[in-house]
Amino acid sequence: MDKHEIRLSGSGGQGLLLAGIILAEAAIIDGKNAVQTQSYGPEARGGASKSEVLISEEVIDFPKVRDCDVLLSLTQKSYEQYNHGIKDTGILILDSSVVVSSDVKNKVISVPIVETATKVLGKPMVTNIVAMGAVVEITKIVSYEALEAAVLKRVPKGTEELNRKALSLGYEIAKQSLI
Amino acid sequence: MSKKIRLMQGNEACVEGAIAAGMKFYAGYPITPSTEIAELSAEKLPKIGGKFIQMEDEIAGMAAAIGASLTGLKSMTATSGPGFSLKQENIGYAAITEIPVVIVDVQRAGPSTGQPTSPSQGDMMQAKWGTHGDHPVIALCPSSVKETFDLTIRSFNLAEKYRMPVLLMMDEVIGHMREKVEIPDASDIEIIDRKRPTCSKEEYLPYKPEANLVPLMADFGAGYRYHVTGLVHDETGFPSNSTEIANDLVRRLVDKIEVNKEDIISWEEENTEDADIIIFAYGCVARAAKTAIKLLREKGIKVGLFRPITIWPFPEERLIELSKKTKMIIAPEMNLGQMVLEVERLCNKHTKIERLNKVNGEIIYPEEIIAKIEGVL
Repeated sequence: MDKHEIRLSGSGGQGLLLAGIILAEAAIIDGKNAVQTQSYGPEARGGASKSEVLISEEVIDFPKVRDCDVLLSLTQKSYEQYNHGIKDTGILILDSSVVVSSDVKNKVISVPIVETATKVLGKPMVTNIVAMGAVVEITKIVSYEALEAAVLKRVPKGTEELNRKALSLGYEIAKQSLI
Repeated sequence: MSKKIRLMQGNEACVEGAIAAGMKFYAGYPITPSTEIAELSAEKLPKIGGKFIQMEDEIAGMAAAIGASLTGLKSMTATSGPGFSLKQENIGYAAITEIPVVIVDVQRAGPSTGQPTSPSQGDMMQAKWGTHGDHPVIALCPSSVKETFDLTIRSFNLAEKYRMPVLLMMDEVIGHMREKVEIPDASDIEIIDRKRPTCSKEEYLPYKPEANLVPLMADFGAGYRYHVTGLVHDETGFPSNSTEIANDLVRRLVDKIEVNKEDIISWEEENTEDADIIIFAYGCVARAAKTAIKLLREKGIKVGLFRPITIWPFPEERLIELSKKTKMIIAPEMNLGQMVLEVERLCNKHTKIERLNKVNGEIIYPEEIIAKIEGVL
């Protein structure tokens, strides 16, 4: 059964909720079923927030992640809070700032997501889009075309070029991290 | 992706459904996890000639929705637990004055302000008994985004048909989750409008029931002059102290639902034909139950699902029938045991009933249902 369970985590305000929506939308553009849920604290910024996406060819009943295939964490706090229920074959895609203890058995891919958005693009607001580029480059859970279409559908008018650039940088830094 | 297939949030589907049903007025006070319903109503209603008002609190939101409906506009308000408590007095007012209105409660963990961003099913009994006195209740409970769309339309239809408040009992998971929805063509959607009088303005009796026990409703301000009060009233709408009139009115209000039960009650069954065990679940918990059933059946344990869609009136007859041929009913709920009280009342003569309750602000997982079932087998 072709089913993916993805958990995106970070600090409130990093845009991971929108990232989850974009990923689910891309899956639907690819003709699959997708469900996106979220969990966050009462604060508008800070704290740890997560967005979960399930993608499947079949009907999705239970809407939350049970056996995580992919965990994305952009902050240490969110990694520590949401690093559970990961499959043995599950992948951890972590921002370079996240430190992992040596006994982690999962495959860890460290990608400079926050730094790329902040320093290379100079726009921390596209951290989530860089992150989606990296996640899709590594996992191929949705097609590049569907991802781009989904991004452009959900971002504010006038920011299309910036977001395209953020996506391709996301692909790029993920490729380099895989070498 | 065709235009009609969309990734949609539960709260968004509620607003889309309301607009498809003909909503022209929304009044409320935003509260997590229902806020998107107010936001989207504010965005969409002015574009279709409707009105949105943010009131000073939930009590006023309820009152404004009732007032707008009285003038002929299909009206809705949405809230969560703390606001649902505040709306109760006016829900009773809508019940006795027989004014159609849809009230959405996207349930969050309580009591009081509780956990604003966490799901719960703690208001199910409040839906039935929250406002005082004997009164009719229709409460629907969706377990998917698509069903939220459909049941919002149905809530309006039932409110219009039976002239009463209808409650749509969502939960944070269903309200905030996004999933694929195929929006039907407008021509495929059944829309029911309240029946208006055709008699002369002088002859109109606002509270004289038709054969289905529902009186005809004139738009207030359209020239049919009548009195509207929360006091017990006669067919003219004016207050009365007559014991006979009081008896007839209260019984008729409740009987409107009783005699039309078959038209109102609905439920879903899955794998009940050969089930030794039935999971009784509703809202987001029914989704956990469906996954649990698949996993248990892979192990050879015959489990089925009974999911009430109308929580009130409760689908009594079918559940009793099923309980006679099943070894056990298990009722997982995100409260400390509310709808299970109905299951116990109706079925404990026929089968064993087990509870599974969770109130930590987290959805019940399929594994918890499986563990409970394997534990009692």
